[in-house]
Amino acid sequence: MKKTIKVLIVDDEPSILMSLEFLMKKEGYSVFIARDGSEALEIIEKEVPSIILLDIMMPHVDGYEVCRLIKESIRFQHIKIVFLSAKNKEADIEKGYLIGADLYVSKPFSTRSLVAKINTLALGIVST
Amino acid sequence: MNSIVLILTSLLYLVFLFGVAYWAEKRSKKGKSIVTNPYIYALSLAVYCTAWTFYGSVGRAVTNGIEFIAVFIGPSLMMPLWWIVLRKIIRICKVQRITSIADFISSRYGKNATLGVLVTIICILGILPYIAIQLKAISNSFLIVEKASGEISSSSFFTGDLAFYITIVLSIFTIIFGTRTIDSTERHEGMVAAIAAESIIKLVAFLTVGIFVSYFIFDGIPDIFQKASQVPSLKNVFVFNSEQDISGWFWHLLLSMMAIMFLPRQFQVSVIENVDEKHLNKALWLFPLYLLLINIFVIPIAMGGVLLFPSHTINPDEYVLAIPLKFNQAFITIFTYIGGFSAATSMIIVETIALSVMISNNLVMPVILKSAYLQDKLAGNLSLLVKTIRRTSIVLILLMAYLYYKTIAGHYSLVSNGMVSFAAVSQFAPAIIGGIFWKNGTQKGALIGLLVGVLIWFYTLVLPSMVGAGFFPQSIIDQGFMGLSTLKPLALFGLEGMDSISHGIFWSLLLNIFCYVCFSLNSHQSSIEHNQAVIFVDIFEYSEQVESPTIWRGTAYLSDIQLLLSNFLGEKRAEKILKLYAQKHKIKLIADKADPQIVSYVEKILAGIVGTASARIMISSVSKEEKISTEEVISILKSSQSLLSANKELKRKSVALEKATEELKEANEILQKTDKLKDDFLSTVAHEIRTPLTSIRALSEIVFDNPEMDLSEREHFLGTVVKESDRLSRLINQVLDLEKYESGKQKLILEDVDIQEIVKDSIDALYQQAKEKEIKVVFIPDRFTPRFQADKDKLIQVVVNLLSNAIKYCEPQKGEIILATHYVEGCVYTNVHDNGAGIDKNFQRLIFDKFFQAEDQTIKKPKGSGLGLAISKKIVELHNGQIWVESQVGKGSKFTFMIPIV
Repeated sequence: MKKTIKVLIVDDEPSILMSLEFLMKKEGYSVFIARDGSEALEIIEKEVPSIILLDIMMPHVDGYEVCRLIKESIRFQHIKIVFLSAKNKEADIEKGYLIGADLYVSKPFSTRSLVAKINTLALGIVST
Repeated sequence: MNSIVLILTSLLYLVFLFGVAYWAEKRSKKGKSIVTNPYIYALSLAVYCTAWTFYGSVGRAVTNGIEFIAVFIGPSLMMPLWWIVLRKIIRICKVQRITSIADFISSRYGKNATLGVLVTIICILGILPYIAIQLKAISNSFLIVEKASGEISSSSFFTGDLAFYITIVLSIFTIIFGTRTIDSTERHEGMVAAIAAESIIKLVAFLTVGIFVSYFIFDGIPDIFQKASQVPSLKNVFVFNSEQDISGWFWHLLLSMMAIMFLPRQFQVSVIENVDEKHLNKALWLFPLYLLLINIFVIPIAMGGVLLFPSHTINPDEYVLAIPLKFNQAFITIFTYIGGFSAATSMIIVETIALSVMISNNLVMPVILKSAYLQDKLAGNLSLLVKTIRRTSIVLILLMAYLYYKTIAGHYSLVSNGMVSFAAVSQFAPAIIGGIFWKNGTQKGALIGLLVGVLIWFYTLVLPSMVGAGFFPQSIIDQGFMGLSTLKPLALFGLEGMDSISHGIFWSLLLNIFCYVCFSLNSHQSSIEHNQAVIFVDIFEYSEQVESPTIWRGTAYLSDIQLLLSNFLGEKRAEKILKLYAQKHKIKLIADKADPQIVSYVEKILAGIVGTASARIMISSVSKEEKISTEEVISILKSSQSLLSANKELKRKSVALEKATEELKEANEILQKTDKLKDDFLSTVAHEIRTPLTSIRALSEIVFDNPEMDLSEREHFLGTVVKESDRLSRLINQVLDLEKYESGKQKLILEDVDIQEIVKDSIDALYQQAKEKEIKVVFIPDRFTPRFQADKDKLIQVVVNLLSNAIKYCEPQKGEIILATHYVEGCVYTNVHDNGAGIDKNFQRLIFDKFFQAEDQTIKKPKGSGLGLAISKKIVELHNGQIWVESQVGKGSKFTFMIPIV
């Protein structure tokens, strides 16, 4: 079942990408990777993932911008957005939810709880 | 010339003067007063230049050479001191409502009536001859001009004498000018305007004669000097010849320095008529300039006169008129005559008005007011009384001057008469100067000093002239008083070898000062005297308050006080003034007992009208005064003074506080800014730390949770953990490093270094990295670079940073990096040139800011902390050097740092 759920991971830090890719693959998702916002948008256009793990501080197009664009488009607004950011101030988190994030996870995070949260999100997608 | 024409011209001129005065007063009523103009003030000071200047300077120059100019240099020398002395006197007079020099001295020494009387008498005695010579000058000039037409005039007394008519006309004129209104400020704007106009006229007239003589009769000033140098009798005009001359100069200078301050007419225009202390600033240079101008042609005219009238048939005092007459220049002659006339009339008008105020306020009023009978009889008409006294005294002064002129003045030239007057008013100097700078000067000291001074003045300077006129036997001069040779008027106490003026002024001033000081030191001040002394000396502290401290205690009925004021000002005005004052000071006027403050205030107003001493008498006549002991006065003054200084201190503090607040605000703003910078920095640091931390945690958890993962993957993960840990610790070190530089705690460890060695070491450190990316690194050393003092490790840090950046931004295999050093003009340049991506022009400066890359999201994030260049910059700057980059996108970058060798 999970195989059909596409997860896009967007981050400019190779080591973080590496660990997230490992975790998602292990859970059985179909995983895509982007190193910055613009690359992410291309993949979204092509693959229409169900879940996006999105870093905020990235060059060119940042995470907020990517999220805003997704939530504005009828085609993509169902996509679940999970912000993963080292910005963990109250204001940053609030902003993330305001733009339309489904989840906001502060870095550094616990891999187990992150995986659990993603799985819960995925359940919602499956049931609908 | 027809005498009718001359008389008409003179009268017309007086009408013109009156017109000027009338116009000025009208303007002043409209609020457009012209005396608020500092130029008018400066011009009015030129009342100093009388007929003596106009006619007498030339005469003096012929007989005594350049000595005449001493009388004008003195005032010019005095000018800079005016700011200290005269400004103080002006302030005192304004605060205390003093209206004459007699009032000033009387007020300073305890509002003493006797002193006022004495000063007034000295002024009359001293000034009468001076006025007389003005009359003489007018009538002589008239006769000179008139005689040219061949008419014969009589020189008998009174009705047959022209001078008598001049006296009468001038009396009327002065009365109209000076006593039309009685005011407590005693200022006469119309008169001042007229005097200023006269100053212009006499200057222009004199310059006209001067130019006429120099350029129309002779061929320029050099020509006159040329011709004069051939006349032996003119030799003394050119040179100082004896020691006596020098001492004469000194005394003349001193005398004229006193005169410019203490002549009643100068005191009137410079102090009483002053409307703004700031006018002094203009007068300081304008008045000496005026004196220079009016004297510029004196010597040419004097020499020209001697050359034109070699037979000495004409008195040198008359040259100014005689020369244009000789050449039949009717217009210039009349104009010159008017110039002399204006010089004389301006002096007569101002001097007489000043004297009449003294006579009424210091001589007559105190007597009248002391008599209960007279006061009762005259009550209600006091204002008219004051006017009548002044008018009468004007007529009397001028008549007495006329008599003096007819009897004695003929024996002396214009100048020597003037000097005697100067000597008389110089007697005021110790009492006034001492009075405003020395609190211990007492009534007794002033009185005795003045008396002694004036007696000696009379004995040494006036008596000899009276001997000449036949009032005293010649034996006094030859053998001394009662045959005592030490008492010879012209050689007092055996002092010989000085001219009579210097001799007289020497003894009179010396003994005057001596008595003033000695008796002041040996007598005590009464309470009122002490009060006045303190106020006079510290006037600039007291005048900042609205009123000077009230030192009066007693009981008086308000109705009496008000009545007193009504007598002079009329009921309505008196009531209005009192109401205003009461409102301002929150005093109740309902109580029938007058408030002491009100009583003091009324006394001050009255003082402006009738003089300090008279006002004192009037106030005490309607009140029952309690005696205040000197101790109490001192304590009142002290408390008011401490209040003052407390007030000053408070003001100063509040100013300081305001400044501090301002500074605090600024500091706060800076703090907020740095706070924000620090905040930004911290959140950036936090972000930069969390990133590797995230990888470390995530990767280790994965390895921990997945024991089954294959080995190579596990190795890869753990290897990344180690790399990220390195990155983390490097970051932390750099943050701490930067903090050290920014707080100034980082110190350099200086040693003798060789830049080639530093570069080589750096290359060695990064050799492996470059090799991995297959990047070519070339070093071109400059062998001529000397060794210098620097911190070796820190410089290596800089080069390593630049080099590792270059390696980072170079493409693998294609990369080429050139390092080079140069030594140019005391500076060592090191550059690192790569062929990498290059840097946009807009960022070339910003890259040296910490975390610049992290803040700007539009640029590809570097693989580093973002602190390397910031730290490098700090290190270079700590070596007094500079670091910069030249780059073009796509064409590589060239980083250079320069370090000066001291």
